[in-house]
Amino acid sequence: MHELGVTFYVIKDVKKIAEDNNVYKVDSVTLEIGQVSGVIHEQLQDCWKWAIKKEPIMDCAKLLIEEIPAVTFCENCKKTYATVPQGKICPHCGSDRTYLTQGNEFNIKEIEVLDQPHEVILSEE
Amino acid sequence: MEIIELKQNIFKENEVNADLIRKDLAARKKLLINVMSSPGSGKTTTLLRTLERLSPEFRLGILECDIDASVDAETMAAAGAKAIQLHTGGMCHMDAQMTRQGLDALGIDDVDIIFLENVGNLVCPAEFDTGAHDSITILSVPEGDNKPAKYPLVYEVSSVCLINKVDALSVFDFDMELAKERILHCNPNSLILPISAKCGTGFEPWITWIRERYNALGGAQ
Repeated sequence: MHELGVTFYVIKDVKKIAEDNNVYKVDSVTLEIGQVSGVIHEQLQDCWKWAIKKEPIMDCAKLLIEEIPAVTFCENCKKTYATVPQGKICPHCGSDRTYLTQGNEFNIKEIEVLDQPHEVILSEE
Repeated sequence: MEIIELKQNIFKENEVNADLIRKDLAARKKLLINVMSSPGSGKTTTLLRTLERLSPEFRLGILECDIDASVDAETMAAAGAKAIQLHTGGMCHMDAQMTRQGLDALGIDDVDIIFLENVGNLVCPAEFDTGAHDSITILSVPEGDNKPAKYPLVYEVSSVCLINKVDALSVFDFDMELAKERILHCNPNSLILPISAKCGTGFEPWITWIRERYNALGGAQ
């Protein structure tokens, strides 16, 4: 629901890292997004395509998304289970004393950068 | 081609900024309360009633956040609070950076307690730390007692839940005990206070809570 907001966060962070590392162009940005983080990938891609046009250092950068599956832990029976098909109620013992152990992440995992194309500038002959 | 590994949490910068705001305000003995709810839950009326009761004791400020329009800030200013309207420009929530801009624009030297009326939405505002000392949620009776089951995060991050429009309880199938149970399931430490902003009932414990939170601020003296 707030894909535009998080897109601006990602762009700001990536831009800073690219500048700090004297990067010529960002080729791709890889995000790790939890399965239940509430972010819709398609909408994020649309926001991304729109927002990067204003940033020369990453105006062609691809957005790659890796999804982290959601896992819930049950305090009652100490077992874990896949969150999405079950929800808050533990399928092993029926308890609702459960909490999410992973699946709401929103991380920038890595960025791939392009070197300055000096060979093009040098080949005069 | 080179890969730079980061493993950087997107929300981290916001959390750092939010902590700075909290500490800065506390040091200056200024309380910031983030108010969240659905559209139509009575946020503005509840805040107006709150202002009436707090204004003899405290100097008050309001940050009114909306995607667009400025009606609410005008109402608040008429009630005697220092108010400013913030347009989020299409954004569904406030973050720490936007709060900082709002506080700077409002000018907080001459206020003690500031309310941030967040965008009417139960999803996004809950995910972004605004830098407020406390977040609170208003749940109104017509919305139904199942809201905490549907939108747990907003209740989880709120210290207080005001259940508004209790004057309309007889007309709706709202189970107060069930609602309380569901809120406490999201946050066992939540303070749940039934109120009617329209009639002005139930406000005393809420006002007392604000006063206590203000007095507990570490800061000058």
